[in-house]
Amino acid sequence: MSIPADLKYTPSHEWVRVEADGTLTVGITHHAQDLLGDMVFIENPATGRTLAKGEECAVVESVKAASDVYAPVAGEVVAANGEVESSPESVNQDAYAAWLFKLKPANPADVDALLDAAGYQKLVESEAH
Amino acid sequence: MSDLKQTPLNATHRELGAKMVDFGGWDMPVNYGSQIEEHHTVRSGCGLFDVSHMLPLDVRGANVRAFLRRLVANNVDKLQVSGKALYSCMLNEAGGVIDDLIIYFMDENWFRLVVNAGTAEKDLAWMEKQNADWGMGLTLTPRRDLAMIAIQGPDATRVLDEALPGVDAITAALKPFNAAAMGEMFIARTGYTGEDGFEVMVLAKSAPFFWKALMEAGGKPIGLGARDTLRLEAGMNLYGQDMDETTSPLESGLAWTVDLKTERDFVGRKALESSEVTKQLAGLVLLDKGVLRSHQKVHTRHGEGEITSGTFSPTLQQSIALARIPLGIAPGEEVEVEIRDKKLKAKVVKYPFVRNGKALI
Repeated sequence: MSIPADLKYTPSHEWVRVEADGTLTVGITHHAQDLLGDMVFIENPATGRTLAKGEECAVVESVKAASDVYAPVAGEVVAANGEVESSPESVNQDAYAAWLFKLKPANPADVDALLDAAGYQKLVESEAH
Repeated sequence: MSDLKQTPLNATHRELGAKMVDFGGWDMPVNYGSQIEEHHTVRSGCGLFDVSHMLPLDVRGANVRAFLRRLVANNVDKLQVSGKALYSCMLNEAGGVIDDLIIYFMDENWFRLVVNAGTAEKDLAWMEKQNADWGMGLTLTPRRDLAMIAIQGPDATRVLDEALPGVDAITAALKPFNAAAMGEMFIARTGYTGEDGFEVMVLAKSAPFFWKALMEAGGKPIGLGARDTLRLEAGMNLYGQDMDETTSPLESGLAWTVDLKTERDFVGRKALESSEVTKQLAGLVLLDKGVLRSHQKVHTRHGEGEITSGTFSPTLQQSIALARIPLGIAPGEEVEVEIRDKKLKAKVVKYPFVRNGKALI
């Protein structure tokens, strides 16, 4: 599956979409869900929680293993996707549609430091070897 | 990656698009797509597992029964009919579990053992040492020239019969926990899933062809991921997780495999009889949302315990576990499990959780 060009990425396999109003939508990448396998449990951060960059804030669990999701940048959680919590398998079906939470970034410019699609592609390829 | 050991079916798994992982030094398929779908296939149809990483070991000689009487905790004298199988632990002097194994009685000069992959070398060294120390004069032959395929599920007999024309006369007569040998082919009605099925050994070079025939007959490839959820639902112990050299079989849910009724002197017996049993292996079902995993701490009214194996059960659609907890905690009681920063409620249950496709809890 190709890596969407319009998103930003972290080395810990989160994707980030900058919305028109400046909020950030966060999910885990197709590659991440492929590594984890069938999802069975997702726990999102509470709305209103303030996160530091890199802070553990959500948990995604497959049959195989539990994995932490990290805040891609500092900010405040403004929405959490309850639908993925009740249907964790939606992350396997389409990782870029099944978002986890939305952040209002403390500093919008922080997003620029994240990986672009080409950078993330390189990272995934380097991990495969 | 290149130093990983490969089974004779390695190329077959790759052709099928399996996700391969390092499983204790073996390059093995963890799934061929969806682990949960594979799990359901075994509960409702027929799944095929490559279990060639496990080691068949032939023990031959005049003293083989006497040797096994001393070597293992279960009593091989329960094996009187050719082909009959016995599950047992092999203990060290301290009563810890060196390995769990299946013992097939073929004739008075030949027993076949099947041991775990990760412990195979250690087991062989231990057995050779006892063989020498006790002056048994036996020949122990590791059978790496054999491949082993497990065919499991309610449809297993039909699939095997169709894949091997003429085998139906054998499968029809084969009772659970019995095996039959025909030349180098060995068919056992055993498994690790809680379903009906077979574990078949064939010469390594025949394995890819046999696997293909089983798939053409409707068997679906199943990875080690589903193998783990299936065995846990079936309440079967996994060596290295639910018991090891530091744990007693009597605190691992395996008292039923330890024969203390006869006077037989076996390795580890003295230690077992002189040590107090304070823990038990219990089943847990998580009542809150989350997933139980090994090493999570369990709080009970009699003190702490620990999860030894935990997973999400695809059949029950909730999380289940085996946990070593203090004695005196009974099925039906609630306990708390520490998961990350939370304490979640779980219920103690009798296991197995699932047998022959049906939920038991």
